[in-house]
Amino acid sequence: MAGARSNLATGARRKFYDAAFAIMGLLATFIGLITLSALIIDLASDGGSRLSWQFVSSFPSRFPQQAGILSAWVGTTLVMLVTALTAVPLGVAAGVYLEEYAPKNWLTALIEINIANLAGVPSIVYGLMALGLFVYQLGLGHSVLTAGLTLALLILPIVIVATRESVRAVPGSMREAAYALGATKWQTVKDHVLPYSTGGILTGVIIALSRAIGETAPLITIGALTFIAFLPDSPVKAEFPFVSFDWLMSPFTVMPIQMFNWVSRPQEEFHLNAAAAGLTLILMTLAMNGLAIYLRYRFRKRIRW
Amino acid sequence: MGDKMQVEPRIEMPKIELEPDLVTKTPAAKTASEIGRSIIEVRQLDFYYGSTRALKSIDVDVPEKKATAFIGPSGCGKTTLLRCLNRMNDLIPNVRIEGSVKLGGSEIYDSATDVINLRRRVGMIFQKWNPFPKSIYENVVYGLRIVGINNRSQLDEVVEANLKRAALWDEVKDNLHKSAADLSGGQQQRLCIARALAVEPEVLLMDEPCSALDPISTAKIEELIHELKHTFTIVIVTHNMQQAARVSDITAFFYLGELIEFGETAKLFTNPEKRQTEDYITGRFG
Repeated sequence: MAGARSNLATGARRKFYDAAFAIMGLLATFIGLITLSALIIDLASDGGSRLSWQFVSSFPSRFPQQAGILSAWVGTTLVMLVTALTAVPLGVAAGVYLEEYAPKNWLTALIEINIANLAGVPSIVYGLMALGLFVYQLGLGHSVLTAGLTLALLILPIVIVATRESVRAVPGSMREAAYALGATKWQTVKDHVLPYSTGGILTGVIIALSRAIGETAPLITIGALTFIAFLPDSPVKAEFPFVSFDWLMSPFTVMPIQMFNWVSRPQEEFHLNAAAAGLTLILMTLAMNGLAIYLRYRFRKRIRW
Repeated sequence: MGDKMQVEPRIEMPKIELEPDLVTKTPAAKTASEIGRSIIEVRQLDFYYGSTRALKSIDVDVPEKKATAFIGPSGCGKTTLLRCLNRMNDLIPNVRIEGSVKLGGSEIYDSATDVINLRRRVGMIFQKWNPFPKSIYENVVYGLRIVGINNRSQLDEVVEANLKRAALWDEVKDNLHKSAADLSGGQQQRLCIARALAVEPEVLLMDEPCSALDPISTAKIEELIHELKHTFTIVIVTHNMQQAARVSDITAFFYLGELIEFGETAKLFTNPEKRQTEDYITGRFG
């Protein structure tokens, strides 16, 4: 009987811990959620009134009421375009190579450790490196191209690591099935490994691009402008050959830099502009993530395990 | 070399009393003429995982258009040997293969051998069915698509013919574009068989194809093996001795990486030459 009673007592204690952890977990979740929504509500209440078509379609100005974020959001969009188009193909190719092709030896292990470490290097260090390499050595100037390549280098390790993780998650039995039918390694990768891991890769790309879009320090280092009253050359032209890459070499600014510029001004009205720009940046990030989530959904729908 | 009396250190030897002469004697492989023309000839095959020797001087002949079963307890090397026959072991790091495997007279471990082509001649069915997460149709035609056959009517024909060969056509003919994941386990395994047959291999290797299936699905696949062995050479690895007895013409019994006995199934199961074979098939160990 005594044994049964003590069992009962430990049973009650076990249930208490069980419930306690559930409550703690819930609290932890709420703290995160509440802080985040407080931030967004604060931004919205400050900057919401400034958000208008005029704000989005105007260049910066000395007069806070006339100032806008046109050059900043166009700059951010173009820089992110260069970043994504550079980092995604390079990162995915490197990740697939390391996972599927590279022999498992000490050299590969060394490369793997270094890539993981690169993901932790502070972004300002990338900025310094890019200043030396892209701006001075390669003479790419303080341009959209330099900025895009810098951010691409910054997020490359994240894309590589995410690619490797999702490629590794593809069951080995799929590779065996393909090889047993006489598929080459490339066919196995192209027809099976990559399609089945696209969802995971896209998740990694979302995380990486979300990090890049908010980066300020490396772009200031490479000489992004803080005040710019013109747009880069249009990538689409009315006359042949209809596309132009002059915008790549154009000077630029990006949203976080514009925000930083406004916050550092004494006038209260500029602070409101900064809040409105912050709100826009969050919306841009959400839109970008939304696109990636939609693509991931489309890919996953085609594959049913 | 194989005739030398070598006492190997036995690491995972279960505690059973075996007379020493029975343990160490290398089995004399039956000559091919006794069982029919052989399509695969394995000679003095040694296989190492790192420093572990998983196969020891194996000599085996696989007769053409017959079903050959590899039986033996877990870890005896039967699956390893099977995967040597289409060089699937090449995909595993840190393995070493010595000896000779000939398919239709030509050495498959030659550096000149085209492994891609070899795997098209020697198809494989795995223990756990592994259809691609695509439609039934795309699964069957994958082996053709990778060599650039995309002609719709040709592919349609291949799909119908091979699903019929795999006894799956009647169950799926109205749903060819449904995902393979919607099929039952037994149907998925038969889909994998259809997919392997679509490449028109000469040999079909089956690695415990029924071990995860229920008795009815198992019976269907066994029936299928009976049909298929008229057209293809079949090598089946199985844990299930009744299955080996039911489906195979020839049986090879392996123990601890060695081929103990090899011969016609009827004889091996009723009148085995070796004590170990008898002990295993009567359930004394294994």
